[in-house]
Amino acid sequence: MTTADVTMQTHSLPLHRLRLPQYAVPMVMGTAVVVAALLGLLLGWGWVPMAIVAILLTDVALPLWSRLVEGRRAAVDRLVTALIWTALVCALAPLAWLLIKTLASGIPAINGHFLTHNMVQQLDPVTFKTMPGSGVVHALLGTLLVTLGATIISVPVGLMTSVYLVEYGRGRPIARVITLLVDVMTGIPSIVAGLFALALFSVFFGVGTRMGVMGSIALSLLMIPTVVRSAEEMMRLVPGDLREASYALGVPKWRTILKVVLPTSIGGIITGVMLAISRVIGETAPLLVAVGSIDVTNTNLFSGRMQTLPVFIMTEYQTSTPAGYRLAWGGALLLIAIVMVLNLAARIIGKIFAPKTGH
Amino acid sequence: MTAGVIIMVALGAVFVFLAVQGAQGFHTDRSVYEPAAHNFWTYAAKLLFGTTLAAVLAMIIAVPFAIGLALFISHYAPRRLAVPVAYVIDLLAAVPSVVYGLWGARSLASAAQPVQRWLGDHLGWFPLFSGQVSATGRTILVAAVVLAIMILPITTAICREVFQQTPRLLEEAALGLGATRWEMIRMAVFPHARSGMVAGVMLGLGRALGETMAVAMVLSASPLVTLKVLTSDNPATIASNIAANYNSEDNRIQTVLIATGLVLFVFTFLVNFAARLIVARSERKLA
Repeated sequence: MTTADVTMQTHSLPLHRLRLPQYAVPMVMGTAVVVAALLGLLLGWGWVPMAIVAILLTDVALPLWSRLVEGRRAAVDRLVTALIWTALVCALAPLAWLLIKTLASGIPAINGHFLTHNMVQQLDPVTFKTMPGSGVVHALLGTLLVTLGATIISVPVGLMTSVYLVEYGRGRPIARVITLLVDVMTGIPSIVAGLFALALFSVFFGVGTRMGVMGSIALSLLMIPTVVRSAEEMMRLVPGDLREASYALGVPKWRTILKVVLPTSIGGIITGVMLAISRVIGETAPLLVAVGSIDVTNTNLFSGRMQTLPVFIMTEYQTSTPAGYRLAWGGALLLIAIVMVLNLAARIIGKIFAPKTGH
Repeated sequence: MTAGVIIMVALGAVFVFLAVQGAQGFHTDRSVYEPAAHNFWTYAAKLLFGTTLAAVLAMIIAVPFAIGLALFISHYAPRRLAVPVAYVIDLLAAVPSVVYGLWGARSLASAAQPVQRWLGDHLGWFPLFSGQVSATGRTILVAAVVLAIMILPITTAICREVFQQTPRLLEEAALGLGATRWEMIRMAVFPHARSGMVAGVMLGLGRALGETMAVAMVLSASPLVTLKVLTSDNPATIASNIAANYNSEDNRIQTVLIATGLVLFVFTFLVNFAARLIVARSERKLA
């Protein structure tokens, strides 16, 4: 065998399989975009079909090319990768659409009048004509009060439950039952919580009762499990060393919990509570059923209907008039802003109070 | 201790008060249930059908996306992208349901109408897409799409968590034997995560079953049984039916609604309970 033969054999057995070049992905995507844009211009599409066609072209062309060069297995891998990126785009598109739509329709509705009036007809002081109230202040106050009520009910109950679960109930069957029930409670349909408040108060105060506090009770039913879960997790993070150091000094258990466990985990607990609030503040169905809707400002939780922001959006939507839609979008923007601010604040507080690591 | 008992009492009270108040709803005059049905059970069954149809449609749409997104965050995303994407998906969960309903009814429905017309024209032979296509676009298909977007975060979050728990060694071993990334996921990640994925899907299902506003605002519906998802005659769900009729002056209707609420409560309770059992079993298997 000559040297030339050996060289030839090494050439016929390559060490690397053929791969697509590094620039394959951007190139295919770019081509797909250009082709889709040309097709779209020729056939007069909007930009949404163009984007869809560009994505589909990429999803088909890249695996095909890979199939020709790299073989079947690599082609399947490329196809799945492309599909997963597509899933990402498809999931983010509605969120972007919703936020942009809410901003675009909501900003024109929000002005000083909107934020300082309720929906009662008023006499214009200049022209002496009656004009619709078209404001949101009653709903804003109602939402804040009802949510405050829910927080006052659920924070003590939730905190004490999680203290019991972490500090006292370890391994006991009753603790396991409670954990399971808390999990199940997270899954209660929100409208059932509203119906519960309705049924409860119908028994004691007669049919047709509507009060703000009914909404608070319904919301607290939805809020308690979230509070319990997050507080429980935070308290479990408190190192056992701290507790034992306290016991070794002769401090009784309840003082240890109050002075050591709770202060250590307070940041996480506050974050959890705020996230729970931001979750229930946008709940509509239970408030619709239990608190009802009204045009005037009512700040008494214990008497009569109250307006809340989510229900305000719903009722304005149901008027099916341009003015109603405008108010509904304004309310929606306000509600999203409140939820986002709560979310952000919760995360920032969580960062600030995060337990210092390192000894 | 006491607080824990309060939780148990509260959950029990939900059941008891709904049962007490709804008791008459199980057998009132025929006229209350008409024209949809003649007695409570056919009435509730029709509503339960609508509830299940909307939820199952939503799951069919959402589950592939949820698994894809979870894989993206756990295995495909570049490090710098994974955390922000997970955060944005959680943001989807923070948007209040009434805003989804408003968006679904005012934006999505009219935008999706041409698509639905196309489906009706070209795939009309398929039973789901048969019938007269709605002119407003406000169909149960659109409601299901909105529901799917709403349950995407919870299903994604749970799938992501179980995907991330796959032992690193198994993944490395698969890659070391020359598997491509997808083959590694199919052979190492999916078998490991199967029960967790089932649980995530069922929790999403539980949420879709109980969701009210999106369906109530997108559809004008009545209790009926139909599989045609593109027409103007849409089956109501239990929750949307309550939201549509809760304001009725007729006391008998209120008791009937509370009774259907009880049915929904028991139904979602069972679904969630099954999901939790599956999670618990898989955790024991891993330990």
